[in-house]
This record gives sequence, structure tokens and C-alpha cells, in this order.
Amino acid sequence: MIAEAGHFALILALFVAVIQAVVPLVGASRNNVVWMDFGRPAAVAQFALMAFSFACLTYSFVVSDFSLVVVASNSHSAKPMLYKISGVWANHEGSMLLWVLILSLFGFAVAFFSENLPPSLRARVLGIQSLVAIGFYLFILFTSNPFDRLIDPPFDGNGLNPLLQDPGLAFHPPMLYLGYVGFSVTFSFAIAALLEGRVDAAWGRWVRPWTLAAWGFLTGGIALGSWWAYYELGWGGWWFWDPVENASFMPWLAGTALLHSATMVEKRDTMKGWTIFLAIVAFSLSLLGTFLVRSGVLTSVHAFATDPARGVFILVLLIVVIGGSFTLFALRGPTISNKGLFLPISREGALLLNNLVMTTAAGAVLLGTLYPLFLDAIDGGKVSVGPPFFNTVFIPLIVPMVAAMAIGPMLSWKRADLGPALRKLWLAGILTVVAAIATWALATGGPFLGVVGMMMAVWLGVGTFVELSERIRLFREPLVSSLSRLARVPRASWGMTLGHLGLAIGIAGMTGAGAWKIETIQTMVPGQTVQVGEFDFTFKGVEQGQGPNYSLTKATFVVNKDGQEVVIMYPENRQYPISSTPSTEAAIHTTFFGDLYAVVGDPVGTEGGYVTRLYWNPLVIWMWVGAIFMMAATAVSLSDRRYRIGVSHRRKVVAKPPVSQPAGA
Amino acid sequence: MVYQQTAPEQNKRLMFFVPVIVFMTLAIYFAIGLTKDPSRLPSVLIDTPVEDFQLLPIKGRANPDREWGLETVDFKGEVSLVNIFGSWCISCQIEHPFLMQVKENTDVPIHGIDWREKNPDDGPNWLARKGDPYTLIGDDPDSKGSIAFGVTGAPETFVIDKNGVIRYKLIGPMDLKIWNETIFPIIEELRKQ
Repeated sequence: MIAEAGHFALILALFVAVIQAVVPLVGASRNNVVWMDFGRPAAVAQFALMAFSFACLTYSFVVSDFSLVVVASNSHSAKPMLYKISGVWANHEGSMLLWVLILSLFGFAVAFFSENLPPSLRARVLGIQSLVAIGFYLFILFTSNPFDRLIDPPFDGNGLNPLLQDPGLAFHPPMLYLGYVGFSVTFSFAIAALLEGRVDAAWGRWVRPWTLAAWGFLTGGIALGSWWAYYELGWGGWWFWDPVENASFMPWLAGTALLHSATMVEKRDTMKGWTIFLAIVAFSLSLLGTFLVRSGVLTSVHAFATDPARGVFILVLLIVVIGGSFTLFALRGPTISNKGLFLPISREGALLLNNLVMTTAAGAVLLGTLYPLFLDAIDGGKVSVGPPFFNTVFIPLIVPMVAAMAIGPMLSWKRADLGPALRKLWLAGILTVVAAIATWALATGGPFLGVVGMMMAVWLGVGTFVELSERIRLFREPLVSSLSRLARVPRASWGMTLGHLGLAIGIAGMTGAGAWKIETIQTMVPGQTVQVGEFDFTFKGVEQGQGPNYSLTKATFVVNKDGQEVVIMYPENRQYPISSTPSTEAAIHTTFFGDLYAVVGDPVGTEGGYVTRLYWNPLVIWMWVGAIFMMAATAVSLSDRRYRIGVSHRRKVVAKPPVSQPAGA
Repeated sequence: MVYQQTAPEQNKRLMFFVPVIVFMTLAIYFAIGLTKDPSRLPSVLIDTPVEDFQLLPIKGRANPDREWGLETVDFKGEVSLVNIFGSWCISCQIEHPFLMQVKENTDVPIHGIDWREKNPDDGPNWLARKGDPYTLIGDDPDSKGSIAFGVTGAPETFVIDKNGVIRYKLIGPMDLKIWNETIFPIIEELRKQ
């Protein structure tokens, strides 16, 4: 019954979505305020219905209702509660339901935070948002219904891939989807602006917080996914350039570009057509990302995900949404005029460089991800494009961009002089050279890229501090005066400072983990010692044990450095009897300078020998710290007063057309 | 637009069409990609003889005349299907009624490999409850048989020709559509050889 109620709510939500799409859009084109205002209550109703529907599916998982196909295939009565709940979205049907839930949540948020938006723009944004939702409702109901029943329910479920039984993965999809779907709002704003035929600085100001929110969530989602891969897959790696990762990285790159170009629209009333284009691209890549990994177009997914009807539906949906919006862009885009002119050497120029690099990078990732598909389409055989391609393309793009990133914020709008900006960065320049020499000396024989990476990190990190100290006129005015300036730095600027610092820290982490990683794979018998870098790992043997729904082999390693004990590590190897699949639980000891990482594999021989993999991963923690900085940056930037509700100068924009607000709206 | 467009302005207008053209090109590739279902990737073992393996019979299916439940020589002489299944596999539950139909309505032998049962009674109980479509069954608790076929999951179905050579691999549950469009035509073709 509960599942049927959820199913019914889902169908009702579809009908509400149809009304929410049609009525406000027609109202906006006929200038009918009552019709326009219909979007807000509809968005609230749609979200309420979706929340109920999702709660019903969650309930079915919690009580292990194996008469539902999704529950039977993806859950098991012996599974811990946390993973019963995360099982809701750890499968195709449930994850699609989560997608639409978040889509309706963002519609609700727009309805809630759009008090100051012109009614026609708000109506159009909500209408477009709902049009996208209709596509998803139809997709779920016709091809991926999570409420489908089994006629002959099994006694117990088919478990969940043990790799997926992990807190990192449990919360990674919701975070990622908040990012993906967040771009639907900027997309709706872009399409609404094209329909309105008006893009101005106010539009830029309304779009930016949504871009920021989506970007922050996406950053978090990618970081969580990467963290999960790092500690769960047991290979000491954190990024593999596989299609699933690329799918989340592409919208991130486009979103980064959008974030910067929206600034130009807001501050300088320029780059408007380009910003609209990026808003469409960011959401298109999110859609592509969602579907590429699910449709079976790219990856070979097993059993259920290979349904030709699904693939065709997805393709039609992509053509309607992406093709339709690009066509609208082609027709309406040329009418958008840019007012603010600028020279190449200027703040705008630097932001434009960021945009070019980010979009080129996104294009390169797209090409690399889709290349196997292209080749297969012309019968060129099956290939996979691996890390060498991406690294070769990426590094030459990123290096000049990071070099410019420290300079850009020092330049003035419209036109600037490179000379003074570079002179102000003398400290960053000196420290970069020092870092290069120090890295060279410390990591003798290491790859040259390690030196380049460290130089970039130091240049950007110090450069960001120099910009902040210039802003508050540190050492050029009395300290008190500088501090009071510091207190008045707008939160949006703090956002930039934190975000750029985060990237600097992240680059240091990626460089460390990429360039100076030490790994050894060997068979060890108890008592044996293996040296990994400066550390000696002594294998003390294994114990067998039982977990809640698995049996485990736990190994003990004592790690010494210069004869002093550093830590005792206990990696595990788990066997899940239900799916008879093993999973490795790496033991990780995190320090400021790097991670000690130990994995125990299968037994070898008769003397208690085991395959072991031991790693020294330098500076890994810096990557996650960098990501946390970037997320904090978006939070701080979002709290800027310009975006807060009820700021007086925004009221003025609304006040222009006299509009009667229905009571209680 | 009332005013006349100059040439550069027209070029600029054309620029705005680039995204939609690029996307449509992509969409064509996606459409072609969809026709090439990656799940029906040819296995590397296609057109190679089935590797040597012997599997014990499952409980209740022991035959005093036979030492093994299923072994490589069983595929010689007749075109046959091999189906990898398990009582734990949900997709197999969905596929099962169709296999029963194949057994009742055709003369194509389906051999089963009962893969990775948690408990040796699970597979036989499951078949006792739902019906047994298999001509011969091998018990495969430690994947010896399925490795010979390069199995990645269940259900998978292989078409084997009279000489014991793997000719086709289907990933996922078989249904009437797949049977009519793919599997049966292959079987008829192989029977003529």
C-alpha cells in the first residue's frame, strides 16, 4: 500500500508539474499576473508530493519490502539500517527519484527566495524548471519506475555491492545531485532570460547565488567521491579519469567558468550571451553526466540498466532539453547586447582567460570520455581513453591559468597595467622560486612535474594573500586601519580568496600524491619487514573475525621510522557471504605530510603469507582540505549581503512595474 | 530586425548556431551508440571452444550413469544453450518463466550452471519450487564453470554450436523478444552447419 501511495504521489507530481510549466509560462507571455503567480504554490505542491513519494520508497527499503523489484535487487534484510536507507539511491530507479526530488526542491527554493524577482522572470524560471521536471517524471514512470512490484517476491534481497556499503558512498550521490540539479536553476534563469529578451546586471546578481550553491555542492560531491575511491578501492589512487568521474568533473569545469562570467555580467554588464551559453552548457553537461553513466551508452552496466527503451527515451530527452535550448540561444542570443567594453589586459580579460581554459578543459574531458563512443560508432573498435590523454591535455592548460589566477584579481576593470600588478607580486615570485629550489632539493630524482606543481601552489597561495593584503593596504597604512578594512571586505571577496586558496592547497595535495607516491606490492610472512620510503612496515600476522554481515581477515602492521614506532595499522579484508564478493578496508594513517596506507590481500602459501600493498601517499589530506576551503568559500560568498532578501536597492528593481501581490503569496 | 545586416554581423549571428550544430552532431553519435548495446559486447571467448571443466551435479539431480553434472564434452554433438543462474539472482527470477517456456515449446537443450550458491540446498530448492528448465546442471560454488565462459554476472546465456564452440553471449535476462530476434535465429543458423 505504502508503495502504491508513493507511486500515486509521483503521478500527481507529474500533473502538478504540467500545470506549473504551462500556466506561469502562458501567464508571462500574456502578462497575466495571476497566472504568473501560480508558479509558486505549484512549486510548493510539487515538492511536497515528491517528498512524500520519496519517503514512501525509503519506507519500503527500511522495512525490506522485497515485493518491490528495486528493494529485492538492491537490499537485504541483514544489511545495517544506514545502508538500507542509502540503498534507496544506490540503484538506477531510486537515484532518478532522488534526482527529481532535488529538482523539485530547487523549484521550491526558487519559489521561496524569489520575493524580489520581477514576476514575469520568476514565472518563467519556475515554468522552465517544471518543464525539465516533466521529462524526468515521464522517464521514471515509463522506463524506470521504482514502485514496480514483483509477482513472486523472494525470501530475501540480493544485497548491495559491499563496495557500496560505505558511508562515503552513501552520502556522495545526494551531494553530487545537489550540484548537478543545482545547475537546473541557472539553466532555467538563462532560458527565462532568453524568453524575456532581457539580460542585465540584476539578472547576473540573481543567477550568481544559484551558481555558487550548485558549484559548492558539486565540489563537495566530487571530493567525497574521490575520497571514497581513495580509501575504499584500496589502490591508493584518488582520481581515475573514468567516465563516472568525468561526468561530474565536466559540469564542475563549466560551472567554474559560469561562476566567473556571471561576475562580469553583474559587475560590468558584459559577456552576457556567453554567460547564458555557459549556463546552458553547465546543465547540459550535468544531464549528460547523469545519463551517460546510466544509459549504457558508454559503460557496460549489468542486467537492468540495459533497456533500449530507456536509452532512446534519454536521447530524446537530451535532444529536447539541450537541442531545444541551444536552438533558442541561436535565435535569441544575437539580440543580447553587451555594454561594458574592456581591453585584453584587465580584470575582465583575466576572467575571460579563466573561461577559455575551463571550457577548453571541459571540452577535452568530453572528447576523451566520448571518444570510445565515436570510434565504436564508425566501427573503429573498442578503446578506452586513459589518464595519459587527460594529463597531457590538462597540465598545459592549467599551468598558465594558475599563473594568471594570482594576477587577475590585482588588475582593475576595463583596462589595467600588467607591470604594477606583477611588481606587487614580488613576494609570491620569490617564494615560488624558493619553493622550486626546495622541491628540487628535497625530492631529488622525482618527476619535474612535481616541481611545477609546487611552484603553482605557492604562486597562487601567496598571490592570493598578496591580493588580500593589497585590498586592506597592509603595511601601507597603520595596522588598525588595515584591520578595519579587513573587517569590511565583502563576503563575496572572501569567497574568492578562500576559493583560490583552496585550489592552491588542492594543487599542492594533488602534486604530492601524484608525483611522490611510493608503493610496494609483495608477499609478506609474519615477522617480515618492508621499507616504504622512510618507514618500515613490520607484518605481525592476521586474525579472523566476524562483522555484522561479513567475515573478516584483520592484519597487523607495526610502522617504524628511524627505529621509533609511528603507528600500528590494521587493514582488513572482508568477505560478504551474501554476494560472495570481497572488499578491502585499507588502513590509513593520516598526517600533515602524508598518508601511510596499508592493504592486506589474499593468503599465499602455507606459512601464513599474505599479499600486502603498502603506500606512502604524500600530502593527500591537502586535497580534501582544499575542497573544504572551496565549499567554505561558496558558503561565505552566499552569505554576502547583496544576496540577502530585502536589500533596499533590489526592491527598486521590482518596484518599476507596479504589481499587485496576492495576499499570502 | 528592420535594419539591414552587414556581413560581419551575419557571421556573428551564425556563431550562435555553433552550439546547436555541435550538440546535434553529438546526438547523432549517441543514437548510433545506442544501437551498439555495450552489454552485448562480443566476449573475447566468442568463437573459441569451451575450456575444459567438470562440475558436480546439484542435489537431487545425480545420475548414476554420469560422473559429472555438467562437463565440456556435454556440448559436443548438438547446438545447446548454457545459462548461468543462481537462486540469489533477482534477474534470474525474472528470466526463469521464459526458460520454462523454452523448455516446454522447443527442442533446444538448456544446460544450467548453478553459480555461487550460499548453501548447496538453495539452488535445488529454488528449482523444485519454480520448475526446472535445465537438461543438465552443474553446481558451481567456486566459479570454476563460469570462469570457463568468462562470466561477469548472472544471468548470462551462451549459445554453443555442435562442436562445443561458444558462438554468442547474452548478458542479462533472456525474453521472448531477444529469443525471437537474436537467439533462435543463431540456433537455426548453427543447426544448418
